[in-house]
Amino acid sequence: MLRRRLNRLLNNDERRVDSRTIFVGHRSGSPNDAIIPAKFCDNRIVSSKYTVWNFLPKNLFEQFRRIANFYFLIIFLVQVIVDTPTSPVTSGLPLFFVITVTAIKQGYEDWLRHKADKEVNTYPVTVLEDGRRIRKESEKIKVGDVVEVEEDETFPCDLILLQSSREDATCFVTTASLDGESNHKSHYTVSDIERDLESLNATIECEQPQPDLYKFVGRMHIYKNDQEPVVRSLGPENLLLKGATLKNTQKIYGVAVYTGMETKMALNYQGKSQKRSAVEKSINAFLIVYLCILVSKALVCTTLKYVWQSKPGQDEPWYNQKTQREKDTNIYLKMFTDFLSFMVLFNFIIPVSMYVTVEMQKFLGSFFIAWDKDFYDPEIKEGALVNTSDLNEELGQVEYVFTDKTGTLTQNNMEFIECCIDGFQYKHRDGSAEMDGFCVPDGPVSKPQQKAGREKEELFLRALCLCHTVQVKESTDQNDDQIDGLVADGEVSLQDQRGFIASSPDEVALVKGAMRYGFTFLGLESKNMKIRNSNNDIEMYELLHVLNFDPVRRRMSVIVRAKSGETLLFCKGADSSIFPRVRQEEVERTRTHVERNATEGYRTLCVAFKYLSAEEYRQADEGLREARLALQEREEKLMAVYNQLETGMSLIGATAVEDRLQEEAAETMEALQGAGMKIWVLTGDKMETAKSTCYACRLFQRNTELLELTVRTLEDGGKRREERLHDLLNEYHKKTVQDAPPFKGGVTRSWSCASQDYGFIIDGATLSMVLNSSSESSSHCYKNLFLQICQNCTAVLCCRMAPLQKAQIVKMVKNSKGSPITLSIGDGANDVSMILEAHVGIGIKGKEGRQAVRNSDYAIPKLKHLKKLLLAHGHLYYVRIAHLVQYFFYKNLCFILPQFLYQFFCGYSQQPLYDAAYLTMYNICFTSMPILAYSLFEQHVPMEVLLDNATLYREIAKNAMLRWGPFLYWTVLGVFHGLVFFFGVRYLFTNPALQDNGQVFGNWSYGTIVFTILVFTVTLTLALDTRHWTWINHFVIWGSLAFYVFFSFFWGGIIWPFLSQQRLYFVFANMLSSVSAWLVIILLILVSLLPEILLMLFRKRRGPNARQQNMVESGTGDTQSPRSSARPLLMRTFSDESSTVI
Amino acid sequence: MMASVYNAKDEDGHISVSGPSGGSAAAMRGKRPENTAFKQQRLPAWQPILTAGTVLPAFFIIGLIFIPIGIGLYVTSNNIKEFEIDYTGVDMSSPCFNCSQNLSWNSSRPCTCSIPFHLDQPYENNVFMYYGLSNFYQNHRRYVKSRDDSQLNGDLDALTKPSKECEPYAYHENKPIAPCGAIANSMFNDTLEIFYHDPNGTRVPVPLTSTGIAWWADKHVKFRNPSENLNLTAAFQGTTKPVNWRRPVYEMDSDPHNNGFINEDFIVWMRTAALPTFRKLYRIISKKDNMVPTLQRGNYTLEVVYNYPVRSFDGRKRMILSTISWMGGKNPFLGIAYITVGSVCFFLGVVLLIIHHKYGNRNNSANNSN
Repeated sequence: MLRRRLNRLLNNDERRVDSRTIFVGHRSGSPNDAIIPAKFCDNRIVSSKYTVWNFLPKNLFEQFRRIANFYFLIIFLVQVIVDTPTSPVTSGLPLFFVITVTAIKQGYEDWLRHKADKEVNTYPVTVLEDGRRIRKESEKIKVGDVVEVEEDETFPCDLILLQSSREDATCFVTTASLDGESNHKSHYTVSDIERDLESLNATIECEQPQPDLYKFVGRMHIYKNDQEPVVRSLGPENLLLKGATLKNTQKIYGVAVYTGMETKMALNYQGKSQKRSAVEKSINAFLIVYLCILVSKALVCTTLKYVWQSKPGQDEPWYNQKTQREKDTNIYLKMFTDFLSFMVLFNFIIPVSMYVTVEMQKFLGSFFIAWDKDFYDPEIKEGALVNTSDLNEELGQVEYVFTDKTGTLTQNNMEFIECCIDGFQYKHRDGSAEMDGFCVPDGPVSKPQQKAGREKEELFLRALCLCHTVQVKESTDQNDDQIDGLVADGEVSLQDQRGFIASSPDEVALVKGAMRYGFTFLGLESKNMKIRNSNNDIEMYELLHVLNFDPVRRRMSVIVRAKSGETLLFCKGADSSIFPRVRQEEVERTRTHVERNATEGYRTLCVAFKYLSAEEYRQADEGLREARLALQEREEKLMAVYNQLETGMSLIGATAVEDRLQEEAAETMEALQGAGMKIWVLTGDKMETAKSTCYACRLFQRNTELLELTVRTLEDGGKRREERLHDLLNEYHKKTVQDAPPFKGGVTRSWSCASQDYGFIIDGATLSMVLNSSSESSSHCYKNLFLQICQNCTAVLCCRMAPLQKAQIVKMVKNSKGSPITLSIGDGANDVSMILEAHVGIGIKGKEGRQAVRNSDYAIPKLKHLKKLLLAHGHLYYVRIAHLVQYFFYKNLCFILPQFLYQFFCGYSQQPLYDAAYLTMYNICFTSMPILAYSLFEQHVPMEVLLDNATLYREIAKNAMLRWGPFLYWTVLGVFHGLVFFFGVRYLFTNPALQDNGQVFGNWSYGTIVFTILVFTVTLTLALDTRHWTWINHFVIWGSLAFYVFFSFFWGGIIWPFLSQQRLYFVFANMLSSVSAWLVIILLILVSLLPEILLMLFRKRRGPNARQQNMVESGTGDTQSPRSSARPLLMRTFSDESSTVI
Repeated sequence: MMASVYNAKDEDGHISVSGPSGGSAAAMRGKRPENTAFKQQRLPAWQPILTAGTVLPAFFIIGLIFIPIGIGLYVTSNNIKEFEIDYTGVDMSSPCFNCSQNLSWNSSRPCTCSIPFHLDQPYENNVFMYYGLSNFYQNHRRYVKSRDDSQLNGDLDALTKPSKECEPYAYHENKPIAPCGAIANSMFNDTLEIFYHDPNGTRVPVPLTSTGIAWWADKHVKFRNPSENLNLTAAFQGTTKPVNWRRPVYEMDSDPHNNGFINEDFIVWMRTAALPTFRKLYRIISKKDNMVPTLQRGNYTLEVVYNYPVRSFDGRKRMILSTISWMGGKNPFLGIAYITVGSVCFFLGVVLLIIHHKYGNRNNSANNSN
C-alpha cells in the first residue's frame, strides 16, 4: 500500500546532502582513525512548552496574541489609566477568569507533557559498554551506544538493528503508537555481523535526521581485523524507530543513530494546521458590525456631550465643580479620554464570555459524538473519535463530499472470487470445491469443461503463494486479542486455522485463495519460503530478492530459487503495468477476463513470471545490491533495476478479488445526496471498477447520463489531445450548464429539477491536463469549465488519482465561487492529503492502518455512520451554535442599549445605568448557563426525524442561520427590547414616588428595575426558543432567574466593607416592596416577548407544518410514527386538526 | 505512554480544546459507549410547540387580566390628588423673583418669600410634601460618585480622611469636610412651610413631620454618626462643614435621632435621582383624626426661605403636595400601558381566532380531499 507521508515542512533534499558518521560502541573504525566524537543531541525528549520560570510570561504572551483577548486587555488598561465610569474590575474580572482558566488548562496539559517526558526520559534501559551491561536512564543514551531492548519494550531511540535473539535474524515490531498500524512488521539485522558485539568494529554513515517514517538510507562499514572493511547497505528495514514496540522477539541489540529530538518520532511532532470553521468567520463579521456600533455610539455620545456642554451653566454648575486637575486638562485630550470612557462604558456589547461559551460548547458538545452508541462498531470494538472539537458545526454545512473508494465505500475486506489461468476462467464456489480441483463455471467467455494445463495451474498457484510479503502469524495465545482487524482468520480451511499478516488485504486474499485450491503458504524460514502443494508435499523456495510494491510501478516481484536450482521471478500487479511487459499474444486471452471482472467491480491483478538464467540473476543481484547501497538517489536507482528486471515475462493469469460494499453504503450515499450534498468519488482504482462501485452505491442511476473525460475518450476523436479536451469540455459544458433549466434557488438545485441527471467521470491523467494546461489562460478557462460541469452533475467520479491530485481537487472546489464547505472521507494513508485539505476530514477506522484516523478531524468506524454524523449531529450542532452566537449578540445589545440611552438623560457623563456587580455578572452568571445548556441539549427537531428526512439538512445549508438576515432580525429584536426596557421605566419614573409610603426611588433603583426586566426577558426569550426541555434546561433556566433574585438580595443586604460605595444597599428589596415596580416589570417583559411569540406563530406556517405536510406526502408509515409519538400532548389535543392557523 | 499523546495542536492563546479523545484515546478504545439517556441525547424532554392552540387562550387570558388591572391603576392614579407650585421666581410677578435675583451663599440674612395658593379639594389621608427640581443633574457621573459612604457610615478614618472621590469637596482650608463630596455640599436648603388660612382669618401653620421620609435601611444601617454615644459636636471635632452649608452637620436638628449624618433630609438628598427632573420627599403631613381631612379645602400660603440657587443652570424649583395610593404617587402611565397592552392582546386574540377558523377549515378540507 501507499506509504507516503507528506513532508510539508522539511526540505528533504537539502538534508540528505550531508550525512552523519556514527562509531558503533564508540570504537573507532580503523585503528589509525581517532574518534572525533561528533556532537549529537542527547536522548532527552522535550515535548513540553513551558518551564516553571517562563510559564507565566510566555503563556500570557501567547494568550494575548489572540485578537479578542488583546481587545479586552486594551479595554482593561484604558479603565486602569483613564478615569472611566466603571471600575477596572468589571472588565478585568472576566478577562482574568478567561485567562486563568486557559492558563490552568494549558499549564495542566504542559504538566502532563512534562510528566510523560520525564517518564520517557528516565525509563531504564540497558546499554552495552565495554562488554558490560549497564542500566542507564533513557535520556543518557548517546548516539553510538549499543542498546539492548527486550520483548514488549519500546525503543528508546532510533536504532539500527544489530542482533536479534531470533534465529532468522529478524525481529518484529508494531508501530501502533507511531502510525497506528498494529500489524507486526519485520525488521532485519545487518548481515555479516558476528555474534560477539563487543568485538564489533564498525561505523555507520547515514543521512541527517528527517521526519519521513518510511525512509532511511545509510551504510555500514564493518572492520574485521585488518581486512578491507565490508560495506552493508542500511534501509528502513534495519531501522527501529523510537516509540515502536518490540514484539515476538525476546531481545535485540541495536546501535543508536538518532536520539532525542532528532528521532523520527520527535520530528513528526509538528501539529496539524489549524482549521477554522465558517461559523467563526460569521462571528468575526458580526463582531466587526458590533465594533462599529460600539465606536459610533461612543462617537455620538462624545459629540453630543460637547454640544451639550457648550450651553452656559451645563458643563460645570455650581453644585458640581470639577477638580483642579480636570480643569487643567487639555480640551482635546479630554475629548479623547471621554471617547475612551464611552468605549469602556459600552464595551460589554462585545462580551468576553462569548468566546468562553463558544469554546465550552464546542468542547462539551463534541463528547456526544464520542458517546454515541450508534457509532460503536462491535467488530473493532471502537466508537467514534473526535480529534478536534472546533468543527462540530461544520458537519452541518457540508456541500461537497469527497470519498475514497477502497475501504470507504467498499469494505476492503478482500475475498478471492475467481481467477483466470491462461485464458480459462476458474470460479470458486464456496465450500464445494474439492481439494485438488477447480469448479469450472459456464461463464460467457470460458469454454466449458476446458481447463488450462495442470502445469500452468500449478505454476499460477505457486506464483500466488510466493509472490507476496505476507507473514504467517505465530499463534501465541496471549497476543490473539491484541491484534485486530488485520488478522484474517482462515475461514474455510478446516485443518489449520492460519492467520496471515500483510500490509495489504489483497495479498492475504490471494494467499488464502491459493490455499483454497490446495497450495498453502506455510511461512518464511531463514530465507526459505515453505509451501504445501496440493499433494500435501512441502516445497521449499529460497527467497532471493523482494522487489517491493510501489504506487508508481503498481506491481511487485519476488525472485526465488527452487530446489531444482532454477531461478524464477514472479511478478504481480495492475493490468496496465503488467500487460506492456509480457508477450502480446498472451495478453489478448486474459484481457477480456480482466475487463469483465473490472466492470463487475472486482479488483484485478495479473500474474506473470520468467525464468532467470544464472547470468541474468548474477547481473540482477549485483544491480540490486549496488542500488541498495547507494546513499543518494537510491530509490531512482532501484527503480531502474526493477524496471529492467521486470520485462519479457510471460503472463500466467489474472485474479479477481471482490471488495464488498460497506454496509448501507448505498443508503448513506442516497441520504447525503438527498441532503443536497454533491458526492465525488476520488479513487486510485481503475475506471471500470470505480464506475461499477458507483452504480452499486446508487451514485449513478440507470438514467444518469455519464460524461466521460478520460484518456480513452480523448484519444477517440483522432485529434490532438489538447484540442479534443477543449472540444469535450465545451460540449459537456453546453449540455450541463447552458441547456439546463435555470434553477430557482441555489439550495434546491439538482433535487427539484426533474430533468436529466448527469454523472461526470475524469481520470488522473486528464485531470492534470485540465489543471496544468500548457498555456496559462486556457488552464484557467478549463478549470472554470470543469468546475461548472462538475457543479451541475449529481455525482463525479475521479479515478486513477494520485493522493496529491485528490488534495488538488478538494482544494480547487474549496476555493471555487461561494467557497463551499467540503468534507473528505477516507481510510488509507493515500487519503491523508485530502483529509487535511478539506474543511472537515473524516477518517474511517479501516484496515489500511490508522494514518487517516490520526490526521482526521473525526473518525468513525463505518461509512454508514457518516449519515448520522452529518444529518443528525452536524445539523444539531450547527443550529445550536448558530443560535448561541446570535443570542449572545442579541443579549448584549439589549443589555447595553439602555445604558447608551441613559447618557441622554445624565448629561453624557458616562454614568453607568447598572451597578458594577451587575455589569460584571450579567454575562458570567445571570445569563450564561441557560444558553450553554441550550447549545448543548437543544434538539429543535428530534434526531429520528432528521435522519428520516435528509431534506431537512437543506434548510440550514449555506450558513442559513448566520447570514445577515437572521442577524438583522436578532439585532432589531435587541434594539426593540432595549428601547422597551429603557423607556418603559423612564415613563414610570416621571414620578419617582413609587412606594406606598411616599418615598422616592433614585438612579440605582432605576437601573435595577431595568436590569431585572432585562435578565428575565433575555432568559425567557431563550426559553421561548427552546424546543427540547430536559430537566437540565429547566434547572438552568429557572435556576438562573432564582440565582439572580437571590444574588440581588444578598448583594444589597450587606454593607460590603471592600466597596467604596454602597450603591445597591437595599435597593432590590425596596424595589420589590413597590407594587408599581412589580407591575412595570411584568408589563415590560410581556411586551418584549409579544413580538417573538407572534412571529413564531406566523413563522410556523412555513416551518414544521410544511415539513409535516412533506412527510405525509412522501413519508412512509414508519417515518411518521416516531414523529407523532414525539409530538407533545398540547399540540395533539388542540391543533391536530387545525395546526395551521394561516 | 508516549509523550506525543499530549501534543496540543494549537496554543495561540485561546482556549483550544482538543476533542474529548485527546489524552484518552487509548482508554476510549474498546470501551463501548454507555447507553445512558444523557450520553445518547435521549433525556426525556418536554417539547412545547407554540401553536394557535396554546397561544390563543393565552392572549385572551392576558387581555382579560391586564385590562382590569389597567383600569384599576388608571382610576387609582386619577384619584390621587396632587398640587404643584413652581416657586423659582423666574417671572417678575412671582413673589420669589427678588429672592432669586440677588442670591448669594454668604448672605447673612435669609431671603424669604411667601406664595399663596388655593386647594380646590380636601386632601384625605396622609399628605406628602415634595420639593422638585428640574434640569438638575443629580445623575451626573462626577456628581454621583462624589461621596464617601464609609464616612457616612460613621467610619472614623474616613471622617478625617475623606475619599479622593470627594474632590474637590474633600478638604476646605486643610480641614476634612464632613460630609464630603459634591452631593452633600449641594444639599437642598430651602425651608418650606405651609400655613392654612382659616375661614376666620387666622394663619394656622400646618404641622409637618420630618421623619419617615428616608428609606428605613438608609436611616438605620447605611448612615451612621461617627460616634453613637458621644456628643456629636465632639465627634465631628477636627472637621469642617461643607462650603455651601450654613450650619455644620451636627447642628442639623435638635432631635439627636435626626441629627448629624442620620438627618433624614440629608439622607433623602444623598439618594441621587435617576433623571434630571425629579422630586424628593420633604415632609409628611400626617392625618390627625378621621373627622377632618388632613388638608382642608381653602387658602394656604407657602412660606419659602429662599436659599437654593437654580437660575444659573436654568433650573426650576417646585413644591408638590400629593396623596399616595398603594401604587405610589400619581402616574397615569402604568394604567394606560396596561389597558393598551391588554387590549392589543385581546384584539390579537380575536384576529388570530378569525384567521384560525378560516384557514383551519380550508386546511382541513384540503386534507380531506387528499
